[in-house]
Amino acid sequence: MALTLKLRAAPEVPLEAEMIRPDTLAGLGEKEVAALAAFHGNRKVALGEFFAVSGKANGEVRVEGDLANVKHIGAGMASGKLVVHGNVGSHLGAAMSGGEIEVAGNAGDWVGAEMQGGRIVVKGDAGHMAGSAYRGSRVGMTGGEIVVHGNAGNETGNTMRNGIIAIGGDSGDYAGVNMLAGTIMVLGRLGIRFGAGMKRGSIVTMHEAEVLPTFTYACTYRPTFLRLYLYRLRGFGLKVEDSHITGPYKRWSGDAVELNRGEALIFDG
Amino acid sequence: MRIQSTEIVDTFAEAFKMWGARVVITAETADWTMAAARAMTGFATSVIGCKCEAGIERELPDSETPDGRPGASVLLFATSAESLGKRLVERIGQCVMTCPTTACFDGLEAEDSVVVGGALRFFGDGYQIRKKLNGRRFWRVPVMDGEFLVDERFSVKPAVGGGNILILATDTGRALAAAKAAVAAMREVPGVILPFPDGVVRSGSKPGSRYKALPASTNDAYCPTLRGFAPETELPGDVTCVLEIVIDGLEVADVEEAMRRGLKAAAGDGVVRITAGNYGGNLGQFKIGLHGLLA
Repeated sequence: MALTLKLRAAPEVPLEAEMIRPDTLAGLGEKEVAALAAFHGNRKVALGEFFAVSGKANGEVRVEGDLANVKHIGAGMASGKLVVHGNVGSHLGAAMSGGEIEVAGNAGDWVGAEMQGGRIVVKGDAGHMAGSAYRGSRVGMTGGEIVVHGNAGNETGNTMRNGIIAIGGDSGDYAGVNMLAGTIMVLGRLGIRFGAGMKRGSIVTMHEAEVLPTFTYACTYRPTFLRLYLYRLRGFGLKVEDSHITGPYKRWSGDAVELNRGEALIFDG
Repeated sequence: MRIQSTEIVDTFAEAFKMWGARVVITAETADWTMAAARAMTGFATSVIGCKCEAGIERELPDSETPDGRPGASVLLFATSAESLGKRLVERIGQCVMTCPTTACFDGLEAEDSVVVGGALRFFGDGYQIRKKLNGRRFWRVPVMDGEFLVDERFSVKPAVGGGNILILATDTGRALAAAKAAVAAMREVPGVILPFPDGVVRSGSKPGSRYKALPASTNDAYCPTLRGFAPETELPGDVTCVLEIVIDGLEVADVEEAMRRGLKAAAGDGVVRITAGNYGGNLGQFKIGLHGLLA
């Protein structure tokens, strides 16, 4: 039986609960988990004040309730599976290095910020800065996969260096801004100024998009590598059309204000 | 022991430990896939002269390839993992990367691996792009029709080379027909290839030679023209043609299964005897007894 944490009542101010991660809770009993300290605003509280705890962690932790005001869930986790039934707050899985997080609802800002490995699947929407670097930090996401079935906010993949961010819906503005490498795939529409300042990496979209003037059109072709990525996204349940897999893409190189080794691939079917 | 009128000699095939890899080639069409596969497996009949042995294992439908395009799996064998790595770089670089629209993937799961795409990437002259998907690294090398996609590393594993059967027939026509039938049956077995032309070799060899530079020379005991002249012969009086089928496989069980099917398919009218080549059991690590296969 998985360890289950059921939210008793939504916190009025953010509850910082970075200890809710399968590897930290492994082997702990209900009382031990309930006694763990969390911060409710600036007040130190026992986790049990907010969550009814049942079961014992066996590599999987389930969290239930509207957790939109609960932050840092799964942050730093290295292994195990974390399943969230409901919405979840910001910094979900930030800096995680392994394991899997699945969210049945929406997620706040900073999903998988600076993550190094593992996988985060958000069935709903994600906020701003998914997979991004924190302000002042030099590198964002360096590995792993972020899959958002719905829409994502601004600055997805800001300064990311590796890994994949897949958005089933639309993304906000500045996707892949200052990107170092890695792959961002948006099956919906991209916002403006995507790839601004990118050095390397790939930004892919299935719809017409307004390319920055510092990008140069290269050719229209069918990138073989993209087929592998799209099959993988289809495996996550994202709606990938056959034409997306077999069809042509316009390749734009950029950003010329930087290395110019990045690319935007825009479906041209 | 007999299968129909054919005598199965109570002997064994002496096979050797080798290293093997499976390469999956894809392209826009099956024609181009096979063009690359044929090029890659050309001049790869024997490690003695070609440094590796290779063959097309089978064609792959779209549903079985990583990129959903028509594919082919190729098996390649060499005497060491290091040598195999070099051969993979040479052959994928010269025969697959050069072929229009192709991509090349590791088709094996094994503990050991060698760098292939990680070496070929330098052809990209700095324009190559590395991608990592689900723990697997790929290289996108820019070429004149777009990009060549190749795995950074290819898995290699201990394998078996040199399984064989020798078909002794009354005439060339019957020997060819028996060999063809055996090859068709053997090719149904996954994990094996028959590295010689259409699976068949006529120039079977023995180790050593009277010429010091040669590691192997003609198998005079099976040459019909040398009956009565060579020191000894293995040919019954009515045999005028001998053809050999050599089998390399990723597992010894695969080689055995191929030999079993080959024996049954080759036997029949005009095939006087089926035997196997060995070196007295002194050289190879595997001894595959013909009678044991049919027991």
